[in-house]
Formats: sequence, structure tokens, C-alpha cells
Amino acid sequence: MSTMTLDAAGRTDTAQSEVAGGQLMTNRAAVRETVGQPFCDTAKLRMRNVNVFYGETQAIHSVGLDIGQNEVVAMIGPSGCGKSTFLRCLNRMNDTIEGCRVEGELSLDGDPIYGPKVDVVPLRARVGMVFQKPNPFPKSIYENVAYGPKIHGIASRRADLDEIVENSLRRAGLWNEVKDRLDKPGTGLSGGQQQRLCIARAIAVSPEVILMDEPCSALDPIATARIEELIDELRENYTIAIVTHSMQQAARVSQRTAYFHLGHLVEVNDTETVFTNPEHELTEAYITGRFG
Amino acid sequence: MQTPTLFALLLLLILVAYGTGFRRAVSTARSLGGVRNLAALPSYYGLYTALWCGLPALILLGAWLVFDDAIIRAMVLNSIADKPEMISGQNLLYAQIQNLAAGHLIGEKSPELQSAADYFSLLRSRSNNLQAFLSLVLASGLAAFALLRLSPKLRAREKVEKVLRIALIACACAAILTTVGILLSVLFESLRFFQSVPVTEFLFGLHWSPQMALRADQVGSSGAFGAVPLFTGTLMVSAIAMFVAVPVGLMAAIYLAEYASKRVRSLAKPILEILAGVPTVVYGFFAALTVAPFIRDLATSVGLEASSESALAAGLVMGIMIIPFVSSLSDDVINAVPQSLRDGALGLGSTKSETVRKVVIPAALPGIVGGVLLAVSRAIGETMIVVMAAGLAANLTANPLESVTTVTVQIVTLLVGDQEFDSPKTLAAFALGLMLFISTLVLNFIALHVVKKYREQYD
Repeated sequence: MSTMTLDAAGRTDTAQSEVAGGQLMTNRAAVRETVGQPFCDTAKLRMRNVNVFYGETQAIHSVGLDIGQNEVVAMIGPSGCGKSTFLRCLNRMNDTIEGCRVEGELSLDGDPIYGPKVDVVPLRARVGMVFQKPNPFPKSIYENVAYGPKIHGIASRRADLDEIVENSLRRAGLWNEVKDRLDKPGTGLSGGQQQRLCIARAIAVSPEVILMDEPCSALDPIATARIEELIDELRENYTIAIVTHSMQQAARVSQRTAYFHLGHLVEVNDTETVFTNPEHELTEAYITGRFG
Repeated sequence: MQTPTLFALLLLLILVAYGTGFRRAVSTARSLGGVRNLAALPSYYGLYTALWCGLPALILLGAWLVFDDAIIRAMVLNSIADKPEMISGQNLLYAQIQNLAAGHLIGEKSPELQSAADYFSLLRSRSNNLQAFLSLVLASGLAAFALLRLSPKLRAREKVEKVLRIALIACACAAILTTVGILLSVLFESLRFFQSVPVTEFLFGLHWSPQMALRADQVGSSGAFGAVPLFTGTLMVSAIAMFVAVPVGLMAAIYLAEYASKRVRSLAKPILEILAGVPTVVYGFFAALTVAPFIRDLATSVGLEASSESALAAGLVMGIMIIPFVSSLSDDVINAVPQSLRDGALGLGSTKSETVRKVVIPAALPGIVGGVLLAVSRAIGETMIVVMAAGLAANLTANPLESVTTVTVQIVTLLVGDQEFDSPKTLAAFALGLMLFISTLVLNFIALHVVKKYREQYD
């Protein structure tokens, strides 16, 4: 199925739902197909026809999306729309949830993500994750960052490890704040520092993709600004998928934005298009604050 | 009137007081236009009346029951002209009088004794009547007083809650005071022991043989109270127990908390905890009749000498007994480690076992240590298994195949049967008890402190 037909289908749906008028939220027909440009040529992560079930409940309905090389894709949408669930499919963090079942084709650089032969450990080393709540290990700052390189055998000598730790902390913009107290517990840092420590921890294993699940929702505006700056810098080396509740944040950090609604991927477009001239009326309703 | 009848009557009065107070409040509220116009709910007015009615009367009754015997005794004894000087003699005389009054005394009855007995019966019945009369009058009088005080502005709830708060404090104090009481009684007996045996000899002496000659002409040891063999025995048995319980319990906890499915967990955890419900005597049989002979045979077959009661047998079985203790506490602590830490580790590409070993267990370690320390104090205080399986010989040895004895076992053997309570032999039990009490108290204190510190980390 090409992008063109999707667009056409999407427009037809839009027309139908305009007839439906006020029944914006309940009009399932309106979100059956994704409008915009969900696919791209330089896809790092390729997802097709993804369905996710929690037991009997279907949380994600046949979502198709590409995340391009060195691109920041923001996923927005009202609470419970499935964006976090979708994000957690990308490094199989949903495996830890009992009763969660994922269907569809997901691949990273052409390598399948799901499948009987796939080892989840190297996959997660390639696709790192930063969580909503900062979750540093109850270890020292140094040990927090050195944890990943140690378990993956990336650095065997102490000097190499020191270098990785310093580089990761520098890239996370935390080095100057913590360089004198690397042996202090990571849990003793402030919330924003903890989140940057978690980002440093994630990039210490040199992943190719970083998934961020509302990384700033527990932080104050200043710490948020620093993380956003950081995301922009990280884009040079990594592919980033970020789930956020803040539309301003999506607008600031991402190149493309995906709008999820009730488990459907409604629209994917350039971030500017989504926020200035959304194709789908559900997207428009959400970003103009009519619901969500 | 008999005390039970009196109690029943008082209870009835209290119920009536509650009902009256409640109804009075309801009718007042109706005339004012609803319960909202009262300062408290009607039930609080009922409780207020009931408390005024019952509490002072019950306190009076309790005090009466505590003191009337002593007062009657003093009065009866005072009425006798030539009473014995010694307290034990007085006790005997008073017991005779009581028996005579109850009609149990067989044999000669001196007229003086008979008159004393009559006087005793008279006092008893008077006391009973007075007690009934006073408490009933007090209860009804104060109930009437409370009813008079009832008004829509009376803040009954606050007053009732104040009384309840005092009751709660009293309950909390009961546990603390009991502990203090036990400690003091053990302490004073120990001090008496230390008057005859120096503390240093008790703490550092290497020979334990508490048998004392009863009479001067008797052949026998003069008793040796060096408790070091007991301490080492206790330590060895506890150490063996912990060697069994900590790894097995911890692994079981890790399995239950991290690997087991919900179904397995919901089945396995209660089954594991059944182990904790087996009476220690049963473990004792098991240790003495199955494990100890097995160990002896095994040791003999590999050419070692083993006694049929061994520290190893007792320690092993005690370890099994403590497993659920360790596993249950550790399981709780491991479960308390936030899922976000596991997610963080898994998200970095850790395997399940790396996550458990490098993140979950270190995070849970303080709590696990606390649980293990609690288990140690349990092991040190355990008695029945060691009595049955470790033997009584106070050997100072490091060989777990030999029989040893522990502090608790010696306390039991020192106090079993008829004993005089002023010989050092018996008093030694209290000194041992004091040592046990102090060591487990310190261990518990450290353990609870560690556990608490750990809790604060995540809350």
C-alpha cells in the first residue's frame, strides 16, 4: 500500500467525519487509516500493521510507521491513546507486562524485532530507553553510567570505562555538575539531573535508537529545557522516538510528529505541518485544545 | 453478690446508659430540627453517657479486686493475738484460716482459729456486698450526672475520643511495660547470681558444669559457671542454621519474586510459609530421630567420628525451620524494589539474571540484611530443636559433628523440675537469659533500623 492511496483514503474519511459533525470522539471510521507521511526512505525503524493486545483488549490497531535515521519523531495524543504502548514495542519492553501480545512486522535496520529467533538483549542494547520517571539505580553516579558498558563487555579496562563514563556524562550535559562527586549515589541528584543521568546511562552503551517515554513529565521547566536541548544535540548521532504530552515540546524537538487517537495512528507529518496545517480534523481538534 | 453477676449488671447498666444518652440526643436533635444542630452525632452522646457510667465503676471494681485480699488479710491477722513473726509462718496461718472458712480444714480446730475464720468469712461477705453496692451506685450516679450534662452544645465526640486515645496509649504501654518488667526481673535475678559468681568468670570462663552439691557432706562438683562453651555452641548452631537458611531462603525469594508466574507464586508462597507453622517440637523429632542418626552414619561411613547428637543436625534442621522466615521477608523486600529499576536495567539490555543480580538484589540488600538479622535472633533464641538434637554436653569445640549445648538448652535444663530459687545453679539460668535477651534485643534493634532505613529510600 503506497502513501498516495493512504492519503486519498484519509481525505475521504475526513469528508465523512465532517458530515458526522460533533461526533468527533466516537467516530471510529474517521481514524481507520493514517493520513500524512508515515513512511520514509531512510527508515531506521520500520513498523507495519502493528496490533497490540492486553489480554482481550486491543490497545493498538494496525499501526504503520517509519522512524528515519537521525530523526526525532514525536508521538502525541490524549492519555490512553496507546503511544507509550507503541513505543515500548520498539525495544520489546512490553515483554515484561503479563498478557501483552504484539502482532505485526517490526524491524530495526531490516532485522526483525519480534520473532522466535530474536535475542532481546542485543536488541535492547541497540534500542535504548529513557523512562517517564527518572530511575537511576541505587548505585554511585559512576556505576550508574558504567553499568551498561560493563554488562555488555564494551570496556574491559578501567581507563576505557572512565572514558566512556565521562563522554556519556558530557554528552548528557551532566559532566560539569557531577565530575567531583562521581562516587556519590545517583539517587541523591535532583530530578532533572537524575533524568540526564538516565540519558547518559542509555547512551553509554552506544545505542542506535533512543526511545523516550515522556522524559520531562516529572521535571520543572528549566530541567525540561535542558533535556530538550540535549535531544536536539543527540539527534546528530542517534535516532530518537519521543512520547510527550506537551505539544510545545513536540513542536520544539521533533522533525516529524505522529498523532495517536484511541489506539489508531491518525496522522503523521512534518512537525510544522502537524502544528500549523494538520490534515486530519482529529489532529486539529487535539492540537487546538478542543479535547485531550 | 458474686463478681460475675456484678459484672453482668454493670454491663447492663452501661448498655442502658448508652441507649438513654443516644435517645436523649436524638429527641433533642428532633426538637432542634436535625442531628446537624448537635455538636456531635447521637452515638457519641450515647458513648459519652456509657463511659461516665461504666469507666469509674469498672476502675473501682478492678481496684477492689486487686486490694481487697490484702486488706482482709491484714485485718484478720491483726485480730489474732499471738501471730508468728515470720512471713512464711503468717502465710501458713492465713492459709489455714482460709481453708477453715471454706470448710476444707481437717484435723484439730483451735477456738482461736475458728473465730479468726468466722471473722474472715464476715469480712469477705461484707467486702462483696460493699463492692457491689458502691460500684452500682457509682455507675448509676455518674450515668445520671452525664445525662444531666447532655446538651446540644456538649462536644461529646471530643471527650469520647480523648478517653479512647488514653485507652490506646494504655494498650501501647502494656507491651512496653511487660518488656521492661521481664528485663527487670531477669536483671535482678542475674545480679543475685553475679553476687555468688563473678561476672568475669561467667563471661570468660571456659568450663560449664552447673551441678552444685546440695549438702555440705555430699560428694560433687562445686559448680563451674563459665558460659563460653554455651556461647560458642549457640553461635555454631546458629551459624550452621544461617548457612542453610540464607542461601536457600534468598534463592526461594528471588524465584518467587522475579521468576515465578502469578499462579505458581500464589501457590508456592503459602506452602513455603506452612514450614513456619510447623511446631518446633516436631522439627525437634525430625532432627533427633532422622537427621542426627543420618549424619552420624554418614560421618562414620567416611571415617569420621560423630556423636549421635550433633551441632550439625540441630543446625541443619533449624536452618530449614528458618527458611520461610528469610524467604518471606526477602520476598517482600524484593517486591518492594520499584519496577522502574527493573525496566531501567532491562532497557539497557540486561538479561533477567543480570537485572536481578546487579540491580534488584543490591537495591534490596539492606532489607534482606535486616530480614537475615531477624532470622539470626530467631535462631539464637530457638530452644526445642537444640534440646532434642544438639545434646547437653557443654563441649568447647569447633567440630560440628560433636554434641554441643546452647544457652537456651541450659536455661531449660537448669529450670526443669523442682529447683531452689536461691542457688547459683538456678540463678545462672537468669544470667543466661539476660545474655540472650540483650543479644537478641541488639540484633533486632539493628535489624529494624536497617529495614527502616531501607524503606525510606523508596517512599
